[in-house]
Amino acid sequence: MSAPDPQTQAQIERLLRELAPQVLGAVTRRCGDFAAAEDAVQQALIAAAERWPGEGVPEEPRAWLVRVASRRVIDHVRAETARRRREELVVSLVPAEDQLAQAAGDDDGGDDTLVLLVMCCHPALSPASAIALTLRAVGGLTTAEIARAFLVPEATMAQRISRAKQSIKASGVPFALPAAEQWAERLAAVLHVLYLMFNEGYASSGPELTRVDLSSEAMRLVRMLHRLVPDDGEVMGLLALMLLTDARRAARTGPAGELIPLDEQDRGRWDRAAIAEGVALVTAALPRGAVGAYQLQAAIAAVHDEAPSADATDWPQILALYSLLLQMSDNPMVALNHAIALAMVRGPAAGLERLDALALDARLAEHHRVDAVRGHLLERAGDRAAAQQHYRRAADRTTSTPERDYLLMKAARLDER
Amino acid sequence: MKYMLMMHTPAGGPYQIARWPQQDIQAHIAFMKNFAKALGASGELVAAEGLAGPDQARRVQAGSDGKPITDGVFPEAKEFLAGYWIVDVDRPERAYEIAAQASAAPGQGGKPLNLVIEVREVMSAPRDPAE
Repeated sequence: MSAPDPQTQAQIERLLRELAPQVLGAVTRRCGDFAAAEDAVQQALIAAAERWPGEGVPEEPRAWLVRVASRRVIDHVRAETARRRREELVVSLVPAEDQLAQAAGDDDGGDDTLVLLVMCCHPALSPASAIALTLRAVGGLTTAEIARAFLVPEATMAQRISRAKQSIKASGVPFALPAAEQWAERLAAVLHVLYLMFNEGYASSGPELTRVDLSSEAMRLVRMLHRLVPDDGEVMGLLALMLLTDARRAARTGPAGELIPLDEQDRGRWDRAAIAEGVALVTAALPRGAVGAYQLQAAIAAVHDEAPSADATDWPQILALYSLLLQMSDNPMVALNHAIALAMVRGPAAGLERLDALALDARLAEHHRVDAVRGHLLERAGDRAAAQQHYRRAADRTTSTPERDYLLMKAARLDER
Repeated sequence: MKYMLMMHTPAGGPYQIARWPQQDIQAHIAFMKNFAKALGASGELVAAEGLAGPDQARRVQAGSDGKPITDGVFPEAKEFLAGYWIVDVDRPERAYEIAAQASAAPGQGGKPLNLVIEVREVMSAPRDPAE
């Protein structure tokens, strides 16, 4: 058998990723055991990835996957039943196989995908577990791929996912959308997990060639969510925020992987198409009424992205948006960004004064970013010795290598001017 | 066989690299990046991590109740672990060679730092005596 060309391979992979949550939804719905269905679908996906490139994609790929996965579930249940002597389950499940494959063609799987997403982002799970489970169950990634993306051994990731599934099982949530009165809260949990997934990818800009890029995966999932609940302003806001942030990706790091801050980036390298899409989304979302935190953050990103240069940025507008955001959430990082915006509008002294007040917040007192910001503002105010001292303190405290290198360079540069 | 190469840097103020001129810092960072890349390319790199500064470190001991007692930083330490590499090599001498390269990372004015690198074999399953 000749090796299939990479393009076919990529097409098959995309198709499998697209179908994964639909197949899992169908299988879970019918067998009622999410954990078993999830394992079975993972096996079916691996089987398809091995066979389709050589044998060709079956006429009805979704039905094929549901059939193979269902067979695995039945095998699993049989084995379990033999162990536990629960014959009645077999009786009800065995004839279901044909039914399963057939029923899967009935709807487009959209509702099931949404149910899965909400389930995987269950508030009972830690964010790290929810991200991993979402990537596997909804994103259709293999455990090995997820492990690589997080730079942990595969066995560690397998364990994390398996424990997450057990927690969901133990919580006894039915495979259905949450009740109306819980919907807002559960959707917020989904958005939070996807936001963290995006940040994980955005922050870990290591030189390693991970095939799976967490930021892109988070965007793909939010896009999918946006298709499923097109009228939700915060879903739109989050998608816009990701697009507007990711648009700067190419300009964000230098040739050696070093960090380039927003004001020093080559704006010609920003992705204009992504910016246009993000701006259009946030513009459509904002007038819808109840403005949420993601929409505000997206609006701030949009102001940055639309500015022709750092100096020409509309800082008064950014300050106003941060003030709104600050009223909405008691987040120390928002408060810090608000102080920066304040300094940009009213001068470094105003920003430093605000910073002094913020440093009293226990959550910020030891945070390296306070020192980094103080360094920036002191440098702007012309106090180079003090600026240097704070850059170095920040460098000592950060746990990110690119950030530490950046801060060290900032401090060193002040010696040479 | 796997070896852990641990890089120690003298105390006396965390990250003295912070006092270097810009170009020396740049050269040092570039060296470390290329070093990791070369080890990856030779197929010998298992893992490498730089560690956060000693400001972030805590000493932990179990108390009589088994609960952790954390202590601040280590003010008395003469040097601290700054980072490590785990390499998979076929003989100990190769691990020493790699350690020597890391030790000679450029410092201020491009002069080799000659930092102490502690080389420890990583425990593994017993080796086949016929090997």
